Parts: sequence; structure tokens; C-alpha cells
Amino acid sequence: MADQSAGDLILRQVTKSYESFTAVDNIDLVIPRGSFFALLGPSGCGKTTTLRMVAGLEQPTAGTISIGDRDITSTKAYQRNVNTVFQNYALFPHLDILDNVAFGLRQRKVKDWKAKAMEALELVELTQVARKKPTQLSGGMQQRVALARAVVNRPDVLLLDEPLGALDLKLRRQMQIELKRIQQEVGLTFVHVTHDQEEAMTMADTIAVMNGGRLQQVGDPGTLYEKPESTFAANFLGQSNLLSATVKGVVDDIAQLNVHGTAMTVPASLLPEGSTEIWLGIRPEKVRILGGADDAGGDSEGLNTLSGKVTDVSFLGVATQYLVATTWGRELTVVQQNDGAPRAVLGSNVRLAWLPVNSFALDASQDADAGADIGEDA
Amino acid sequence: MAVSTLAGAPPAPQPPQPEEGKRPRRRGAYVPYLLLLPGMLWLVVFFLVPMLSLASQSLQTGDVDNGYALTFNFATYADALSTYWPQLLRSLIYAATATVATLALGFPLAWFIAHRSGRYKNFLLVLVIAPFFTSFLIRTLAWQTILGDTGLLAQFTAFTHTDFLLSGFKSLLRTFGLISNDQLLFSPFAVICGLTYNFLPFMVLPLYANLERLDQRLVEAAGDLYASPVQAFRRVIWPLSLPGVVAGTLLTFIPATGDYINSVLLGSTQTTMIGQVIDAQFLRVLDYPTAAALSFILLLLIVAFVVTYVRRAGTEELV
Repeated sequence: MADQSAGDLILRQVTKSYESFTAVDNIDLVIPRGSFFALLGPSGCGKTTTLRMVAGLEQPTAGTISIGDRDITSTKAYQRNVNTVFQNYALFPHLDILDNVAFGLRQRKVKDWKAKAMEALELVELTQVARKKPTQLSGGMQQRVALARAVVNRPDVLLLDEPLGALDLKLRRQMQIELKRIQQEVGLTFVHVTHDQEEAMTMADTIAVMNGGRLQQVGDPGTLYEKPESTFAANFLGQSNLLSATVKGVVDDIAQLNVHGTAMTVPASLLPEGSTEIWLGIRPEKVRILGGADDAGGDSEGLNTLSGKVTDVSFLGVATQYLVATTWGRELTVVQQNDGAPRAVLGSNVRLAWLPVNSFALDASQDADAGADIGEDA
Repeated sequence: MAVSTLAGAPPAPQPPQPEEGKRPRRRGAYVPYLLLLPGMLWLVVFFLVPMLSLASQSLQTGDVDNGYALTFNFATYADALSTYWPQLLRSLIYAATATVATLALGFPLAWFIAHRSGRYKNFLLVLVIAPFFTSFLIRTLAWQTILGDTGLLAQFTAFTHTDFLLSGFKSLLRTFGLISNDQLLFSPFAVICGLTYNFLPFMVLPLYANLERLDQRLVEAAGDLYASPVQAFRRVIWPLSLPGVVAGTLLTFIPATGDYINSVLLGSTQTTMIGQVIDAQFLRVLDYPTAAALSFILLLLIVAFVVTYVRRAGTEELV
């Protein structure tokens, strides 16, 4: 391709302030054309405001928004080649499904609007309800109509504002896969706003985590999950165990840590620059339970180990989740696959172990609980 | 109780109640009828009986002094229609013009109150209804002091040296035959002004109730799908507001057609509306059959209009 970056959506220093607060604070973002991009954050983090500014429904206080080299900052919504799938779908109740889908095409005086609209309905497998009214359709069907109504215009950027929020869990799972398929099929840039981290990770190529109007971290789901760069990201995307640790020194690129009197290590490359007081983070499923406290066998060589007492056991089906209290009273969450190995018993003393390379380290100046209780569905 | 014989009646139109286990069925069956009773009685005594009496009166012959006899004299209808068709037609035209004017004034007002007024919403709604705190008669008389030759409008334009605007406006009105000389008052224009003013709340309130429920996100969605504000109005707002428009126009048009106070106080002999004629026939000429026949003709005209109008609007794919 001559100019692959021609259709990238670019936000430069975009800020949106209201009288009393700043909803979006100086955001810089490049969303490559054809990617599935998720803006993830708790409610009130500014993700929807960002989306509305891209759609043209809000004006940024400062900064520019452009698609390729076309600055669209002050373009009216109806003049932008950007379409939105609204949170409540916003289907026109007085028009039937076909007319809803064809609305944008007819507005732009596209000649074969009918054929194109039917094609879009085919994409979402709803041709059979073309002549029904939106109120006659189930929530999941309305959702697909809203998607077809946006996709049919082949916009430069397609915005999805919590599109699956109103659906029940099972339907949401189906639609996640469906959305991903459709995105790959039509090859449009999808920008998806959600507070559901699982949804974002399932669908998006790239996730931008937002909090308090600012970008926390941008990256692919794997990197975000394995190596979060802030306690907020660590807690908001899945669960994390954060242990306060002091860096004693670095030997052969291995940092020696003191965690409440226990010696541990972490690859020095993972250390935040210039920090000696850190949060050592480890995901629950990365921790292994080695059995009794006396079972300090040779297989724990090279692992970080910690002894504790099982205070809670919850059977989750595919896995079992344990709470293990450390000697200094901190409870760690541990998730073990139910692979046939004997399960730890409530109240028993165990040793926990993990590979240093599976952990991550964050500067200790951050709040360890940031983003902890807001990750799940409201 | 005697009412319990109604137990075998078809399911009564009762509001949905939450299930409360096994409540005695019998009681639920006659309660709705009991509740309907006062209203039905009221309608029978004060609507149905007078209507029948009026119908009978319109077909009688005779005079006040010698009494009337029911002779099924349909000629009264033909005579009344051939004599008073100009007043009938005029009433319909004035009412229709006033209705269009209230819609043009009321729609933006209702939209503003519903979606842009913020915390002043209730205050503005009270202002819409505020004219009802004074009597209909006084409100109409007020227009005399506004439109009179030395009235407020004339004084204002003289004071601000904008007389030329007023005279320009007058010549425009003359072109459309809404005034006949230099006078604003006692003209079709003044009557339509009065009708528009007096019936404006009846347009604004149903429109407000409708527009308030109109989801603003639909307007955003239209904009998102390349519709300019004008197109969004035409293709989304207007079709969705039709139920409110229909309700408002009916509530305005029907009473405006039969109104006579505006014509009496603000019009001239050239602006006589059908209400005035009926009033005169009943109370001054004492020609009861003609008055009754005219009442029925007006009633039928309005019913015919309402039925066609609602049918028309109904085909516009209402929700």
C-alpha cells in the first residue's frame, strides 16, 4: 500500500473541560486504520467523552482530532465519516429495520441503498426481520441492527459505546465473538468503549486503559495483563497480588528483594526506573501451591516462595480460588486449575511459589488498591 | 348486593393489579362498574339527554309562543346550511389558521421547555398555564388594548419610531385580506390573533408531553448518520412528534371552530363565526330549530374532520 497510515485516527493533546472538572485530560492517541481498539476504564474516566468528541457530538476544549491528515476537530457530526453504535442502540422507532439501516445511505443519496442495506442485514443475519419495527425485536437483535446501521456506511472509524452493556452474559459472549468476526470481515477501524475488562481483552487488538481523564497505559491485551505499568492497570485488568518490597541490590540482572523478611528476586529489567521501594505484583494463576510448610523441596529452586495459611477455598468449576494469609497478615489470591491434583484444605499451612519472571514490579508511591473494586460489571 | 348479578359480564377493564394470592373474585368483578357509574350517569344526564333533545328540537316546527311539534322537518337543515354556509366556512378557516399559528409558535416553545430549559422547566410550564388564572373574557379584551388604533402596539411603534414597520405589516395583512382598512382591530387578523393566543396552551401542553419523551439520542443518532439539523427534524423529530401534534391540533381546532367570544370582541360583522350565529338564533331570534340544526351541522363537520385527520396522521407510521 502506498500510504497505509492514511486512515489512522489521531488524537493530539485532546482535552475536554467542563466548568467544574476536566473529563478528558490531554490525551495523545494513534489508532491505526483497520484495528480493533478498546478504550477501557471505569465509569467517569472520560472514555465516553473521548468517543463523543471523535463522533463530533462534543467539541474538545483543546487539541486536535484527525483521520489521516484530515483535521476533523471542528467538523460537524453529520459531516464526519464516522458512525456510532450507541449504548441504547438509538434505533428510530418509527422506521422499520431496513429503513433504519438505510438511513445513512439515503441521507448521502447512495443509489443502491436498498441492496446495500440488505447486505448489511445479511452480515448480521437479520434479513428476515427487515420489515419489522425495532420494538418487535429482542435486545440482542436490536444491537445487531444498530451495528448494521453503522457498518453499512463503511465509515473511516466506527465507534461503539458500551454496545453490549444491556445484554445478558451469555448473549454478550456471543456478540463479542460476532463483533470481532464482523470487524475482521469489513476491515474497518473499530473504537470500542467499555468498562468490562474481559470484553476489551476478548475483542481488541489494542487496549487503552483510562482513569480520571488520563491514559494509563496503551498496549495489546497480553502485555497489559502480564506487565501492567500502574497499580490501577494491575487491579483493573484482572486481579493482582501486590506485595510491598525493598530492592536490596542487583546481581547479574537479577534484583534481590526483601519482602517482609523473605528474600525474593525479580528480573532487573522489570524494575521501575530509580525505585527502591516497590510493589511486587503476581497474578493469582501464576502462583503455585506447594503443599505443607515443611515441603521445601528442591523443586522450589529459582522460585520465589512464601508460606501462609489457607483462609478461604472457593470452587469455581474449571479452577479453585484460594485466599492465603501470609505471616504478616496480607491475603493473597491464588487460582489453581482443577487438573486432578489434590486441593489444599481450608486452614492448612501451605507454601506458595512463582517464577520471578512471571511477576511485575511497580513503584511503591502508588495506591495499592487503585482500580481494585471497579473492574467488575456495575 | 344487586350489582353482583353482573358477575357474568365480560372481563372488566381494570388496571393490572399485583397478584396477592387468592382474593375474592366476586369483589373484583363489580368494582370497576361501580367506579364507572358516576361518570356514566353524568354523561347520560348532561350529554346524552341534551343531545337527543337538541336532535329532536332541530327537527321540530313551530314557534316560541305557540309551542313546537316534532314534524321531522329536515328542511331546516337545508335552509340553515344555505343561509349560513359563509359563517361555517369562515369558522373553519379561522380555526385552521389559528391552529397552524399555534403549532408554529408552540412547537419551538414546547421543544425549548422539554429539552433546553434545565431547572426552569417547571417555572416555564407554569407560565404557559398562567393565562388561565384570568378569565377568558378579560384575556380576549386585552387584545383590544393591544391592537387598538391608539393601543399598545401603536404606542410602542410610535415611541421607538418604527411606525414604518407597522404600516408595512398592515399592508401585508391587507394583501391577504386579513384587515380591510388601516385598522388592526375588528378584523379577521384580530380574531385569529385572539384565537391563537387563547388556545396556545392547548397546543403547547400535549406537544411538551410528547417532545419530553423524545429521546435526544435519536437526534444525535440522526446527526451521526449524516442528517443535518433540518433533515433530522424532518426525518426523525417531526414523525416522532406526530401524536403530540395531532393531540394539540385537535384540542385547538375543535374549540376554536365553535368559539364566538373572540369574534364578538375582536371582530366585526364581516368576521361573524358560526358560534355567534347559533348564539343569536337561540337567545335573540329564538329560532330554536335553526339553532339546533346549526349545532348539529357544526358537530358533524368537526367529527368528519377529526376522523379524516386522525386517519391521515395514523398512516404516518406512528409508534
